[in-house]
Amino acid sequence: MRYAMAIDTKKCVGCADCVVACQTENNVPIGYCRDWIVEVTDGTYPRLEIELRSERCNHCDNSPCVRCCPTGASHYEKGGIVVVTHNKCIGCGACIASCPYDARYSHPDGYVDKCTFCIHRIEKGEKPACVAVCPTKCMYFGDMEDPNSEVSIVLKKRKHKTLIPEAGTKPQVYYLI
Amino acid sequence: MREEIITSGRLNPHIDPYLEIWHWQIPLYLFLGGLAAGILFFAALYTIMGKEDKYPGAVRRAPIIVPFLLVLGLFALFLDLKHKLFFWQLYTTVRLQSPMSWGAWTLMIITPLSLVWVALHIREFFPKWDWKYDILKEIEAFLVKYKYYLAWIIIIYAVILGIYTGILLSAFNARPLWNTSILGPLFLTSGLSAGAATIILFAQSKKERILFAKIDLLLIVIELFLIVHLFMGFLASTSVQIDAANLFLGGQYTAPFWIFVVILGMAVPAILEIMELKHIKVPVIIPVVLVLFGSIMLRFIIVFAGQMSRWLY
Repeated sequence: MRYAMAIDTKKCVGCADCVVACQTENNVPIGYCRDWIVEVTDGTYPRLEIELRSERCNHCDNSPCVRCCPTGASHYEKGGIVVVTHNKCIGCGACIASCPYDARYSHPDGYVDKCTFCIHRIEKGEKPACVAVCPTKCMYFGDMEDPNSEVSIVLKKRKHKTLIPEAGTKPQVYYLI
Repeated sequence: MREEIITSGRLNPHIDPYLEIWHWQIPLYLFLGGLAAGILFFAALYTIMGKEDKYPGAVRRAPIIVPFLLVLGLFALFLDLKHKLFFWQLYTTVRLQSPMSWGAWTLMIITPLSLVWVALHIREFFPKWDWKYDILKEIEAFLVKYKYYLAWIIIIYAVILGIYTGILLSAFNARPLWNTSILGPLFLTSGLSAGAATIILFAQSKKERILFAKIDLLLIVIELFLIVHLFMGFLASTSVQIDAANLFLGGQYTAPFWIFVVILGMAVPAILEIMELKHIKVPVIIPVVLVLFGSIMLRFIIVFAGQMSRWLY
């Protein structure tokens, strides 16, 4: 089992519904976010291209945060989801410094927090909150090892990329381009 | 003109617009740990070489400050933690892939060892010291007998501690400025240099002072060489690493780095030490303080600048 997410940059309109859904679902403290919208404008005027991305923790196969964690609070759950056990976390900041995507933050309560792929929903057979609410249905979630999962099917059909694969992290959030 | 404009909706405190997760506590600890490692290294080295009586300043006197340095460093580390009450979780597991984990364990071992070392040489400062209880006297006699082996253990852990202060940072490939294996040897050399400089203050004879001035001079030259290597490596690497190097080559850390670390912390004390060796009278405290200042600034600047270097945006 290998959970992954695919996000269609051609369908995303940058409405930030995913951001709000996540903050509500996961009780994210005010002023913080576990996922966020990035807008990249590229080209020479007037020929410009915009890419909209909903970014979050990439639940990397080779996670620097898990490697650097001194207590084992950051660990892999079933399906490769990277999760922080709050009462094992000492708040040293090693994982925050080690994440090239800066997907983590220090929760006001002291521990380090980040996207969990809504593991509590997945366990109930539901989709992550961001995927569930997306009004343009631009996000796909599922098991990469199951050839019939929606994420496997869409990645077979469409051209895609990951963010800074050269950082060596083997990220598992794919962007359809 | 082709342009790429990136707008991010993320504005997490201490993460954006640039990382500020580590403040003064970490560089202070890296300095204290490196200095402690440097002093212990020379104390153990000259014990192993059997020159204890020739260099009492290094072997017997200077190590007295090491336990204080280490405890202060540990306290700084504790202050840095944001989930403080769970700090003991560090000692429930050994995670070999995490430099911070084996650093925590190294400190756990070397701090009591440094205390033992100080206890063995307590009579240097309190000649009439009496351990009072027979059991303590027996332990002391046992340790004195096997001091040579104790010195070997200390020298190994001192090197691990010295290198670890650099490896801690270089394990983070997310920060291009830190992600270079030169940081380990550079911080080790800087710690040894700070240690040698401190020993000069504790030296008992002119001969001992001259020896450690020479050692310190050599270490400064090695440090300069490693710094040149550091930038050569960056400039020959990927664009993110070139950007990281540019923080020091025209960017906002250029002035503090070259003035405080390289000129005041290395070049000036090196010149003063050469003058000392040429028998020109220089108050010994000046080069020592400058070396320590350069050593602490190196850590502060690398830790702060490293958090500004990144991969994405």
